[in-house]
Amino acid sequence: MRLITAVIKPHRLDEVKDALQAFGVQGLTVTEASGYGRQRGHTEIYRGAEYTVDLVPKIRIEVLVEDEDAEQLLDVVVKAARTGKIGDGKVWTSPVETVVRVRTGDRGPEAV
Amino acid sequence: MNGADTAFVLISAALVMLMTPGLAFFYGGMVRVKSALNMLMMSFIALGISSVLYVLYGYSLAFSGDNAGLIGNLDLVGLKGIGAETLTGDDGIPVFAFVLFQMLFAVITPALISGALADRVKFSAWAVFVALWISLVYFPVAHWVWAEGGWLYELEVIDFAGGTAVHINAGVAALAAVLVVGKRIGFKKDPMRPHNLPLVVLGAALLWFGWFGFNAGSALAADGTAANMALNTQVGTAAAVLGWLVYERIRHGAFTTLGAASGAIAGLVAITPSGAHINALGAIVIGLVSGLVCSWAVSLKFKLGYDDSLDVVGVHLVGGLIGTLLVGFLATEGAGLTQFGKQALGAGSVMAFTFVTTWLLAKLIDLTMGFRAAEDDELAGVDQAYHAETAYDYSQAGRSSGGQHTEAATTGEQKKVDA
Repeated sequence: MRLITAVIKPHRLDEVKDALQAFGVQGLTVTEASGYGRQRGHTEIYRGAEYTVDLVPKIRIEVLVEDEDAEQLLDVVVKAARTGKIGDGKVWTSPVETVVRVRTGDRGPEAV
Repeated sequence: MNGADTAFVLISAALVMLMTPGLAFFYGGMVRVKSALNMLMMSFIALGISSVLYVLYGYSLAFSGDNAGLIGNLDLVGLKGIGAETLTGDDGIPVFAFVLFQMLFAVITPALISGALADRVKFSAWAVFVALWISLVYFPVAHWVWAEGGWLYELEVIDFAGGTAVHINAGVAALAAVLVVGKRIGFKKDPMRPHNLPLVVLGAALLWFGWFGFNAGSALAADGTAANMALNTQVGTAAAVLGWLVYERIRHGAFTTLGAASGAIAGLVAITPSGAHINALGAIVIGLVSGLVCSWAVSLKFKLGYDDSLDVVGVHLVGGLIGTLLVGFLATEGAGLTQFGKQALGAGSVMAFTFVTTWLLAKLIDLTMGFRAAEDDELAGVDQAYHAETAYDYSQAGRSSGGQHTEAATTGEQKKVDA
């Protein structure tokens, strides 16, 4: 099993969610996150005082998938999240040792 | 008794009351989330303290008799001898209505100062400061400006609704207090963004609404003076919003929400002393000038290095001065250098007296009970330290479901509270 983690622009969440659903993904977890990459932050002005806001709002999506789907799903997420502008985010996968479904106690791929 | 005037003043008093909670929101939205409740409370406590002290001796010191033009006497302590039928004059209003109206000015004036001291003072010290400041500064200055016998009143300085007694007074006091208390930790270094701008706009809207009572109500009569003042309150404020936004767009490249709200307050402040003595065109001039100049003046604190956190000096002192001085030239009757000189003398003497007295008072509080919050409390947020509360509880994870409900446990009656 693998975990796909995507950090994306907040307004692309619906597209990514729909694309994952169309692929057949059953569930996912979404977290509001903040951070920056090479684009850094933006400037805000309050009564003439300018503040550089380094950490910009992002959405973090986590999806558990079976090994054979991982590569293809990575592409699905990237395609749905892309705007082509700076700050589109990152997607990565990582190996997962164990998964347990809390309600039933199922373990392994059954629980995904 | 004049029923129409009485009704108008009573309604105006209620409008002025609403300004202090409005100010609390205006200021409260501008601070960081960790001290939002404290900012609200610094205004709200003035409703408690000033109202009580005003009845006990404030009204008497401000409006009963006169001693050398400087202060009233103690004949009306506890409103002694005043009854429901006691009137201000033959065709006047009940004295009680006048007392209530004036009391609410004594509420909002010290509350205005609190914005300069955001995030960093002990709440108990602030409460003591409010009580002593209105006693030693506000009541005398109100006497100077508005009471028969008061030296600025007799000099015919124009201060219709309190540009000098309220706004210049509070603005200078804020500067003096800030110089004693010092800067917030991280001033000019850490970002101190407003945590809730919609709350700021709500506060500005409530202030604008209540200000009709503050300004027009100061006519103490339902007449043409009140109508002129109400109209100019709207027009001057509108022009100040435009002035502030134009300056910001040119200087900083954006029309900010905070700028629009701040411009409204600057205009309201500047029209306060002047609005009854000018026409609508004069109100546009005073409004525009106050919006433009105050939007520049709020940057002075960074250049000069004093942490007037929410710009009480830049908005109330500067705006108050603009209205107080310009009316010398723009007044529809008696305008000219003579009147301007009187206006400058009135503003200057209040600034000198208030600065010195407030500085000494703040220093006294700092040396005895300590004015400044402990460093740890300031860093963690004074809401927790002084009020044992959190402004917003949006997070499921942050809910204190594992906490102990001491009250419920001891009485054994209350159901389990999901706090």
